[in-house]
Amino acid sequence: MRSYTGEYELVIAHDVPAALELLACGEEWRPIAGGTDLMVLFNAGKLSYRNLVSIRRIAELRAIESDESSVLIGAAATYTQIRASEILQGEFPLLVKAASWTGGIANQNRGTLGGNIANASPAADSAPPLLVYDAEIELQSQLGVRSIPYRDFHSSYKRMMMQPDELISRIRLPRRRWTREYSRKVGARKAQAIAKVCVAAAATLEDGRMHDVRIAFGSVAPIPLRCLRTEECLRGQALGRETIDIAKETLRSEIQPISDIRSTSDYRLQVAQNLLQEFLLGLE
Amino acid sequence: MKSRRISLIVNGVRHEVDTLPLRRLLDVLREDLGLTGTKEGCGEGECGACSVLINDELVNSCLVPVLQAEGSRISTIESLASEGTLHPVQQAFAEAGGAQCGICTPGMIMATMALLSTNQQPSREEIREGLEGNLCRCTGYIRIFEAVEKASGQHR
Amino acid sequence: MQSSVVGTSVLRKEARSKVTGRAQYVDDLNLPGMLHGATIRSSIPRGRILDIQFLPGIPWDEFTIVTARDIPGKNIVTLAVDDQPYLASEQVNHAQEPILLLAHHDKDLVRKARAYVRVDYDPLPAVFNMEDALARTTVIWGQDNVFKRFQINKGDVDRVWDQAAFIVEGEYSTGAQEQLYIEPNGMVASANEDGVTVWGSMQCPFYVQKALMPLFNMPPEKIRVIQQETGGAFGGKEEYPSMIAGHAALLSWKSGKPVKLIYDREEDMAATTKRHPSRTRHKTAVSADGRLLAMEIEFVIEGGAYCTLTPVVLSRGTIHAAGPYRCDNVRVRSTAVATNTPPHGAFRGFGAPQSLFALERHMNKVARVVGLSPEEFRARNLLRTGDTTATGQLMTDSVDLPALQCRALTLAGYEEKTREFAEKNPSRSRKKGIGFATFFHGAGFTGSGERYLQSVVTLQAERDGSVTILSSMTEMGQGTNTILAQIAAETLGISYTSVNVPRPDTAHVPNSGPTVASRTAMVVGGLVRTAALKLKQTLLDNNLLPEGYSEDQFTTAVQHYTDHCGPLRASAQYKEPPNIFWDDSKYQGDAYGAYSWAVYVAEVSVDIVTGEVQVDDFVALQEVGRVLNPVLAAGQIEGGVAQGIGLALYEDVVWRDGVMANSQMTNYIIPTTCDIPPIRVFFEEQPYAYSGTGAKGIGELPMDGPAPAVLNAVENALGIAFDHAPVLPEHILEALGRREAA
Repeated sequence: MRSYTGEYELVIAHDVPAALELLACGEEWRPIAGGTDLMVLFNAGKLSYRNLVSIRRIAELRAIESDESSVLIGAAATYTQIRASEILQGEFPLLVKAASWTGGIANQNRGTLGGNIANASPAADSAPPLLVYDAEIELQSQLGVRSIPYRDFHSSYKRMMMQPDELISRIRLPRRRWTREYSRKVGARKAQAIAKVCVAAAATLEDGRMHDVRIAFGSVAPIPLRCLRTEECLRGQALGRETIDIAKETLRSEIQPISDIRSTSDYRLQVAQNLLQEFLLGLE
Repeated sequence: MKSRRISLIVNGVRHEVDTLPLRRLLDVLREDLGLTGTKEGCGEGECGACSVLINDELVNSCLVPVLQAEGSRISTIESLASEGTLHPVQQAFAEAGGAQCGICTPGMIMATMALLSTNQQPSREEIREGLEGNLCRCTGYIRIFEAVEKASGQHR
Repeated sequence: MQSSVVGTSVLRKEARSKVTGRAQYVDDLNLPGMLHGATIRSSIPRGRILDIQFLPGIPWDEFTIVTARDIPGKNIVTLAVDDQPYLASEQVNHAQEPILLLAHHDKDLVRKARAYVRVDYDPLPAVFNMEDALARTTVIWGQDNVFKRFQINKGDVDRVWDQAAFIVEGEYSTGAQEQLYIEPNGMVASANEDGVTVWGSMQCPFYVQKALMPLFNMPPEKIRVIQQETGGAFGGKEEYPSMIAGHAALLSWKSGKPVKLIYDREEDMAATTKRHPSRTRHKTAVSADGRLLAMEIEFVIEGGAYCTLTPVVLSRGTIHAAGPYRCDNVRVRSTAVATNTPPHGAFRGFGAPQSLFALERHMNKVARVVGLSPEEFRARNLLRTGDTTATGQLMTDSVDLPALQCRALTLAGYEEKTREFAEKNPSRSRKKGIGFATFFHGAGFTGSGERYLQSVVTLQAERDGSVTILSSMTEMGQGTNTILAQIAAETLGISYTSVNVPRPDTAHVPNSGPTVASRTAMVVGGLVRTAALKLKQTLLDNNLLPEGYSEDQFTTAVQHYTDHCGPLRASAQYKEPPNIFWDDSKYQGDAYGAYSWAVYVAEVSVDIVTGEVQVDDFVALQEVGRVLNPVLAAGQIEGGVAQGIGLALYEDVVWRDGVMANSQMTNYIIPTTCDIPPIRVFFEEQPYAYSGTGAKGIGELPMDGPAPAVLNAVENALGIAFDHAPVLPEHILEALGRREAA
């Protein structure tokens, strides 16, 4: 442990207005939920936020609800809740899988979907499925509620299209069916690993052609990336060697992985293409 | 920052502690309450040596600010054996050779408690998943798996 | 009373305290008025210290601050060579080198203060790898950057090359590996003019005592070292605890208060020792019928900035380099070099895993060139009774290595699987492979080492009929307390629970040598037995024990003896077995009293989409002499195999200018529950005649075989040879890409 605890303040917010009031008061308060990211920084002596407001006990932020068109996940819903949710298991299996890949059981009990989004890691396990499912992020502040498509949410490395007085309150997933969904995480080991590359993809096929397709990768760019150009070159195409090769080439030009202490850019580039191929071959 | 009085129910006993709110639950258990059975292995939520249960859910106590545990029921390794009798899970770890150096053992046992509370007869694969957040460097895990299997035979 | 507790799986002595969380580790210890310490370390790999500043914002007058100038005795960590200071004063030679110590009663404030000490340096050129060290691009240690060289000569390799049908060369390497015991290092100390007492996590209490004596300029009776329950060590708590104990004691000396100094994980990983990185070159001459004619081996290890235990690690690696093979002409040349990284040190296997990795990869390569299967080539060349090792040691063991190898391969289903994988691999994206390694590990100190140690064990009978074992052997998870108690109980004919094994305290125990080198069961176990026999003999000589006595009669006898004759104690000192000869100058002779033998078989699948390798099955067959406690012994093997799989596939220390860049558990990858295959452990037992108990060494053996076995399996799966451990998915995809391009 490397932090001076005396420099940090933490209060509990019991409802959303209480949290929003602190976020708006100009004293640089930041929300904390399960603490699985912020407390790691705190332990390491690297937590720059000094004033924290805990939102994990706010009931409305922990609910997983649905209506006819969408499923709404409270930002403070944990990975454990996500894994246990029947509607998510049935209709958004890639998100459930991603939740099971995140940390161990103890971290899944604490870590939240909203926290994973706000931590803004390009390697976040939940990000590719959220991109594939075209999630919308609901933001609340004292000024009101607004929504932003998740694919526009991360603007650059660790930067997000939200204001300091805003709180991620819910994640909306539009309900729809896919012919096939695919996801995979490549980490340094089978459990408790940060992704070297992770992918989620979904497609609908009609008469052997790709009617619709979505592909998203983590850890291949400064932000989790929806690969729109790769999708575009696949849409309407019949599957086959040539289509796959073109898609892989397009993907190659669309991602910019880096080398860091966990892997190399060459490896990430190659694995991303291999995973894309694995997804596409699985459709045949 | 000022300390405040925080109420915790630890192993069935209510405690009031005066402490800074972001202090790690791990430190409050070990330093303020003298419950040193909970260990620190990494301080980054990776090794699970600090595993305890909060309201029956497994957590890494190095990542829990104590204020977030206010009013919660916390169970540590010290809650298991009673009157000198080992809990069946502890007994199984002892017999199967699931504890070598012992530093991961309290956390491993608490993770086993959490696993068996939701799955009384876990398969080998389910045991692997249930304990994936608890690192052991001594055993190669094999004897830990056997301990859990042994415990699940007599666990309620 | 008939007792046969040896060979049974009694519960470990500390089982109860460990499963209840009551075992007292160093961080669980709190003394009244205790301060908390911290270490300020070098942020650069090499340079002169210009200035140390204490920045405002901290009540420095409340702090105890120790620099090199405060040291009452010699500023040297006493070990093999006097080159490493407790605190750098003028120059630092590696990043993370200790410069200054802080202590305060408020632990939180100590954390804050760490960031408020500024050290200014004048950087000097540094050396970060063995190539630059050997090339002497900069001389950073001694005249030539060389800590130590060894040479083994058997026969004359140079006369053979011309006659060889095949000459096969290869180069192999291993990276640094972190011990990653789950309990980080730590010490508590109390020091004043009357003496120094330290409590801590350690393997070798008398090493710590020996290091603190010159530091405080005090005689041994004034330095008391007490081991706390130790949460794993694996060699990583062999030498570095002397440093931490010294630091805690210096802070206590200056403050007049007890001081606790506990490392956090990042500090422990970044600053303390790791397995030495290695590079091995082989050149091997083979006859047309696949017999080894000559082996030339060049073995180089990287030692870090100070000598520490590097020469000893080099020695063991050198002696094991030619492995369990019969060859009349062997030349091994080895070198340990200095680099500006934290010193590398002891880690389970101690050089042998490095040189045996190279050998067992190379044997597969030679077999391929010669046109024999790996198993057939080995079978033709394995040592048999009557052969000699590279150092000329005559093999008197009756172990039949070809038969051992054959049994392991049968247990693993090697033949069928080899066939099946060859047939099915072309059509699947998860390529399966199987591979093995055949190897040995010498138990105890090398050569005359045990003779020099002169280890002693004392047994003391208590009035209640229990017997206490007084030895300096430490329990760190491996089962010391349990097996020594089993041996004492069986020899004395009393129950296992009647034997006490207190944690070592140098004020109360004799020096039984360090707890290293797989020597506890074989060497110290024998001493416990001898001391127990003497103790029993004393009672027999006094006509206090009837024939076939019961435990109650033993108790009565002890009471009678102590009431009339005083305390009943018996000691035993190590005596070298007969016919052991070792020439330290020529590196010839009987390197170890006994060897353990093993064949490990790994089955893997390699995903060619991602390059990930999974070990699917593992067979570990070994001959380790008598197995004293089957559950503990299997636990030793399984744990060693897991660490070996780590070395093979996961554990990669990322260096950036002499600093470990991945010094967090998130980024330094050890296997989890999900990464370890079923490990099937089998023993053969041929009791060793000279250990008293029949046991040989077991602790380090399982570290040697997994890495080459796994990489041999990967080669079998892909048809591509990888010669660096760990082999990472990055290496595998790159190699697959190269093959596709070619």
